[in-house]
Amino acid sequence: MLILQALLSGLLNGGIYSLVAVGLTLIFGVMRIINFAHGSLMMLGMYVSYWLFVLWGVDPYLSLIASGSVLFAVGVLIEAVLVSPVLEAPEHDQLLLTLGISLVIENLALFLWKADPRTVTVPYLAVAPMVGGIMISSPRVIAFAVSLAFTAALYVFLRRTDLGRAIRAVSQDREGALTVGINMRRIYALAFGIGCACVGAAGGLVVPFYAVDPYVGGVFVITAFVVVVLGGMGNFGGALLAALIVGLAESVAAVFIPAAMKQIVMYTIFVVVLLFRPQGLFGGRRA
Amino acid sequence: MPSQYVIHLAVMILFFAYLGVAWNILGGYAGQFSFGHAAFFGLGAYTSTLLHIHYGVSPWLGMVLGGLAGVLLGLGSGFLSFRYGLRGPYFALVMLAFAEMLRLLFETWMSKTYPLGLPIPLKGTSLLDFQFKDKGHYFYIVLVMLIAATWLCHRLARSRIGAYWMAIRDNEDAAEALGINAFAYKLLAMAISAVLTAMGGTFYAQYFLTLEVNELFGVQISVEILLSAIIGGAGTVFGPLVGAVALQLLSEVTRVYIRAFSGFDLMIYGCVLILVIIFLPQGLLEGMRRPYRALVRAVARA
Amino acid sequence: MALLELSQVSRSFGGIRAVNALSFAVPEAAIVGLIGPNGSGKTTVFNLISGVFLPDRGALSFAGQSLVGRKPHEVCRLGIGRTFQIVQPFNSLTVLENVRVGAFRTIGDPDRATREADAVLALVGLGHKREALPTSLTIADRKRLELARALATRPRLLLLDEVMAGLRPAETLEMIELARRIHASGVTLLVIEHVMRAVMSLSHRIVVLHHGEKIAEGTPQEVARDPEVIRAYLGEEYRPA
Repeated sequence: MLILQALLSGLLNGGIYSLVAVGLTLIFGVMRIINFAHGSLMMLGMYVSYWLFVLWGVDPYLSLIASGSVLFAVGVLIEAVLVSPVLEAPEHDQLLLTLGISLVIENLALFLWKADPRTVTVPYLAVAPMVGGIMISSPRVIAFAVSLAFTAALYVFLRRTDLGRAIRAVSQDREGALTVGINMRRIYALAFGIGCACVGAAGGLVVPFYAVDPYVGGVFVITAFVVVVLGGMGNFGGALLAALIVGLAESVAAVFIPAAMKQIVMYTIFVVVLLFRPQGLFGGRRA
Repeated sequence: MPSQYVIHLAVMILFFAYLGVAWNILGGYAGQFSFGHAAFFGLGAYTSTLLHIHYGVSPWLGMVLGGLAGVLLGLGSGFLSFRYGLRGPYFALVMLAFAEMLRLLFETWMSKTYPLGLPIPLKGTSLLDFQFKDKGHYFYIVLVMLIAATWLCHRLARSRIGAYWMAIRDNEDAAEALGINAFAYKLLAMAISAVLTAMGGTFYAQYFLTLEVNELFGVQISVEILLSAIIGGAGTVFGPLVGAVALQLLSEVTRVYIRAFSGFDLMIYGCVLILVIIFLPQGLLEGMRRPYRALVRAVARA
Repeated sequence: MALLELSQVSRSFGGIRAVNALSFAVPEAAIVGLIGPNGSGKTTVFNLISGVFLPDRGALSFAGQSLVGRKPHEVCRLGIGRTFQIVQPFNSLTVLENVRVGAFRTIGDPDRATREADAVLALVGLGHKREALPTSLTIADRKRLELARALATRPRLLLLDEVMAGLRPAETLEMIELARRIHASGVTLLVIEHVMRAVMSLSHRIVVLHHGEKIAEGTPQEVARDPEVIRAYLGEEYRPA
């Protein structure tokens, strides 16, 4: 019974992880940049959602549009001002840049909103129906469903639209894309913006059941990195599958091992994959 | 006689310069950027402190033993990383992962016995116990450490080892074709960097006299360690000193004149890091050299 | 016994046979040219010799010692130096410092290494550029730097991978002269080249590859007349007049 509950929450978590990871893998796939600031951007999305709820009573699920859009704008701005100057710089410089961005965002949040955890309780979600002895947490189910919907929409966008195809072209063959006249500047800005929008929306989805504080991004970003590396860097579909796997593995493991060890397990998977199977389970840019 | 406050500032500058030099050997010269040097730092601090508290070992000896522990950890993590070809940001992140794993392990271990941090029993001023009421003594100790580390760095940079490190940094495959065993030389850089950083951990423990897991093993200290080298100039002998001066002074100035809060200096550091990466990727030292050279040339022409 | 011997060496990538049952020898003190149309496997041969790739089958030996399974730095220590088709300078180091890295192969003392590096720079004609950074050099000078750096390791055999590519005619002549000077100082040369004039005038022997296989071997004159070679380069439609 405990296992079934774990499987369910693992699956539900997996959905959220997929939305977070998909943004990260998109940015890497298109720009070859490992976005260290991803977690802090998710945290921003959570605060956007929180403040809209507290100040104007906006339902968190409605304000998703806001958290997604605000983060999209933030992403485009960051890309244009900070990231584009270093696109040709050595990889470690790019990583240091995103590290710097994460430091600024996290500590700015600390300055503005203090470290106290904030929670949002949405009244109509207080019900937690029991089905066959398993508790189903509605906010988590909604988060799962919407995450998957977003991920699916993104997938369709990348496959069916011209802009999406252009993005995929750049991620597969930069030179080729240049030759056919794709506007790289716009693609980079778009990819970064979409990546941030994903993680911002994920933040908004998570607010109804996860406390917000300036450091909350850290927990999610580790898992996101594990998912991205496991799924294959830049592999969109791989990130989705890996997210579900990681979510399930994490939940089932939590039944048997104490909480602190869970993070160690995440880090261990991360290291093991990078050392022994850098292309991930499903193949991606060789790490 | 300068006040204890001024001495403290000087100690912090020299200390972070020292840590920067240590990091620089692996990062700036050998080109392997580690985001997880907190692992060596914390290991050194806890090794010497636990030996001191439980077995009465003098922290000086503990410093050496902590350094040894650091070397072993460095060789272990280096062996894995380099054997499996981790480079660039992947190496940086894996080192961060190792540091985090160590942090979580220590957190679990320490939270049971020392939930509020590990205090070092106060002995007043005692050379044997590496404790001094007057901060001036710490100043001289860290000064000696910095001079020794800088001298070591300077000698290595001029030698075959330094030339090989820089070759590996610029182009590992071309370096191999010239007879350089990149794996061995990277491990050497890692070992030296680790031992110096671990010894720095002991100094920190003896200066602040209480150990807290998140402070010693956390990402924050890993970042502060590499910051002085990156901002001052990776791959230069005096870059870390320039970087440490800039960062510590900036931190103090903002603390005094702007209403500071916990995390404010990290935010400033983040801004400085971003600005340096975009506008002066070679670091402040190079940034100062260029106008200096231009000035020299202008004067020579006049 | 020749200095370098390859015997039935094969290497595939995915499904493609890059090198197929290749056998040839490079005698000591010779200049051997390795030619063939694009994609014939020439650089793969260099990579197999210098230890970048492992052969699937076959034997490679240098001065009687097997090369198979040795890492690139070990191969260099045995006495084989190489240049790369696309030059790979150490961009943050000066010309002198670049060559000095090579000199450290046999010299431990930093000052002696500097003097040796200066001597090699003088030999290749880059002495006046010793403080320059590689990015500020012309392509011809970068090729010379690459050569100097490999030469500084005091190799017995030097693998030159298309050193003439991208050079103007005058620069090509200079490079041919330089290669002769290096050879005269006692270094055996194995040269991959597309510039026919250069490789034909330099080499004592030529080995011709096509689709990873040796299709001809002999003196430059013999090879130039070989119908197989002509067909490989010009295609089936052309027959010797």
